[in-house]
Amino acid sequence: MNFSGGVTQEAWARLPEYLGQHVLISVCAITLGFIIGLPLAIAASRRAWLRGPAIGVASIVQTIPGLALLALFYPLLLALSAFTQHVFGFGFRALGFLPTLLALTLYSILPVLQNTVTALAGIDPAVKTAALGVGMTKRQSLFLVEIPLAVPVIMAGLRTAAVWVIGAATLSTPVGQTSLGNYIFTGLQTENWVFVLFGCVAAALLALIVDRLLALAEQGFSDHSRAKLIAAAVGLIVVVGASLAPLLGGETETITIGTKSFEEQYILGALIGDRLEKAGFETARRDGLGSAVVFHALEAGDVDVYVDYTGTLWTTQMKRADMPGRKMVLNQLSAWLANKRGVGDLGSLGFENAYTFAMRKDRAKALGIETLADLAAYARRMKIGGDYEIFSRPEWAAVVKAYGLHFATQRQYQANFMYSAVVDGDVDVISAFSSDGRIAKYDLKLIGDPKQALPPYDAVLLVSPRHAHDEKLLAALRPLIGAIDLNAMQRANLMVDRADDKRTPEQAADWLSQHLKH
Amino acid sequence: MASIIALDRVSMSYSGTKAAAVRDVSLSIPKGSFFVLIGESGSGKTTTLHLMNRLLEPEQGRILIDGTAAATLDPVELRRGMGLIFQAVGLFPHLTVAQNIGITPKLLGWPAAKIAERVDELLQLVRLPADQFRDRYPAALSGGQKQRVGLARALAAQPKIMLMDEPFGALDPVIRDELSAEYRDIHDALGLTTVLVTHDMTEAFLLADQVAVMRDGRIVQTGTPAELLASPADDFVRAMIENPRKRARRLAEAMRAVSPP
Repeated sequence: MNFSGGVTQEAWARLPEYLGQHVLISVCAITLGFIIGLPLAIAASRRAWLRGPAIGVASIVQTIPGLALLALFYPLLLALSAFTQHVFGFGFRALGFLPTLLALTLYSILPVLQNTVTALAGIDPAVKTAALGVGMTKRQSLFLVEIPLAVPVIMAGLRTAAVWVIGAATLSTPVGQTSLGNYIFTGLQTENWVFVLFGCVAAALLALIVDRLLALAEQGFSDHSRAKLIAAAVGLIVVVGASLAPLLGGETETITIGTKSFEEQYILGALIGDRLEKAGFETARRDGLGSAVVFHALEAGDVDVYVDYTGTLWTTQMKRADMPGRKMVLNQLSAWLANKRGVGDLGSLGFENAYTFAMRKDRAKALGIETLADLAAYARRMKIGGDYEIFSRPEWAAVVKAYGLHFATQRQYQANFMYSAVVDGDVDVISAFSSDGRIAKYDLKLIGDPKQALPPYDAVLLVSPRHAHDEKLLAALRPLIGAIDLNAMQRANLMVDRADDKRTPEQAADWLSQHLKH
Repeated sequence: MASIIALDRVSMSYSGTKAAAVRDVSLSIPKGSFFVLIGESGSGKTTTLHLMNRLLEPEQGRILIDGTAAATLDPVELRRGMGLIFQAVGLFPHLTVAQNIGITPKLLGWPAAKIAERVDELLQLVRLPADQFRDRYPAALSGGQKQRVGLARALAAQPKIMLMDEPFGALDPVIRDELSAEYRDIHDALGLTTVLVTHDMTEAFLLADQVAVMRDGRIVQTGTPAELLASPADDFVRAMIENPRKRARRLAEAMRAVSPP
């Protein structure tokens, strides 16, 4: 694979922020998990009835996949925030730090809890008898003898917790917490393996270093070696301090740009960020957010600017099933966003990223296929390939109903394979996103939808309620409205998508900014 | 002589604890005496000892410590005024020898300088050179050294009563004889009252002023070693004292065979 040198450079440039955020969230979660786990373990070792339930619940939490646990906390906090907003008049940020902190804290409790309970149960009974014999109260026995003796095992638990949390923190990207996982999620979406590898290695190294330092502290406790304890403490302070230092910069207000998890979004995010910085704004990114998460985040002010698609908001947020046409959808959506949600809609960027259908140009020409209506006549003898979602989406049902499309065979593919399938003739038609760069690359024919069974998916630029009337911000963004045509977007997407001469989203954004319509 | 520890018809049965039951035990231990409780394992002798410093509580009966009902005393205060030594020693592995010995004075709030002075004094008493041993951790001690530190720890806060549960049971015979003889001297020099639990009749006879024989949670006979030897209460006591006698005779014969008088 041929990567331009900019990819690694770009990866290094992002390291201070990603590492700093990763260490910050990990340290907070581990500390909180320890503060909860230790007293719980001590209480459980004193009261047999508490032991089973405490360890049981912690073990069940451990079996929940990390990503699911993180995902669970977002709607939970969102509902809670809405509740406090309603009752007490204030809400809080349900995205990013808080859900991640809660999920990772839960994760870190079990090893601390389990090790402490085991260590306390394993204290030599002779030592406990001696503690009472020399005249200690139960409390003194616990704090002067039992806990100090359990320290090496408790430290081992803390080590396990630290390694787990540092690993699981890479999953926090989709709920909006920046971490080393941003490399991995962005890299996976844009098939940027340098980023994926960079993220994996950075997270693994961090876990390894922290693990070794805590192991040194553990040894220091069991060998009664003050030198080892001091070395471990200094090491930890240096690692944490150095990682957090870049975060201490300015408290200036930053504009947060949100992106969903595909390459077009990363390119547009970079394009918007570049424009805002040139206009004098500090910017931050929340990359790879879930499709529904990002809209709620905008409403809540966790994200200030992002690009969404009219059809998506029309069906998922407005819950509309009718299709009044492209212009009407744009206008009604814009009015609804402003009036009902206070969200600013600057308008369409100039292209659509719609669900559409595509086939080889030569084949379409030979059969004389221009529209889905033409296709219906041949469909019964044809094979269609789709992505993992299309055949279960309302759009497909609408198309089938409107045109009476019935294919001989339906197959599902990962996006890359879907395109090779249609090029190689394994299938006749595929589902596609209209702005996908591969349509241009393979020179495919997009099939028309004259009955407008598919909703329009104009890319619209949205601004959070807090900044909906921020004229300086709006002025910086307005030049993007109507400036990107479908062809330019496809070409930019292709730069990031393709395996040869691959570019970063930032490089593609650069190219795109030089190819705006005005 | 006034009794410093008195048990009056004390009973305790075990529910959940590993302690052996004791039934209707009455004892009167004179101040300054070396009192040995002897019996087979499970006879209730350790239980009886632990009732004296309230590590265990009686179900029936009354225990008087220096004339005061033990039940009315704060158990922690009570234990700080008694030294406890047992076979496993139970030194605190995370503390140095000096910290182990100084623990009860520290709990009592003695100033650090006084504790340090007391620790050196005690190390000298149990014949461990302070310079060598003060800062060692228990893991770096031999069995005999551990028990010496255990003894020093028990004596640290100048208790009047020492409770000892098979203190020399795990030691080599030579060290065991040496240490038990040394302890008897310490007992006399400091004017202590010692209650020692053992299953070794020889040890009992060599150390004790008074012996109480226990069996199945009851006291079978109490008396001086001479009284027990002269008139054992029953066949069980007779069998118990017969054993060291037989061994002594055999040993004497063996010695004569090697070097006739």
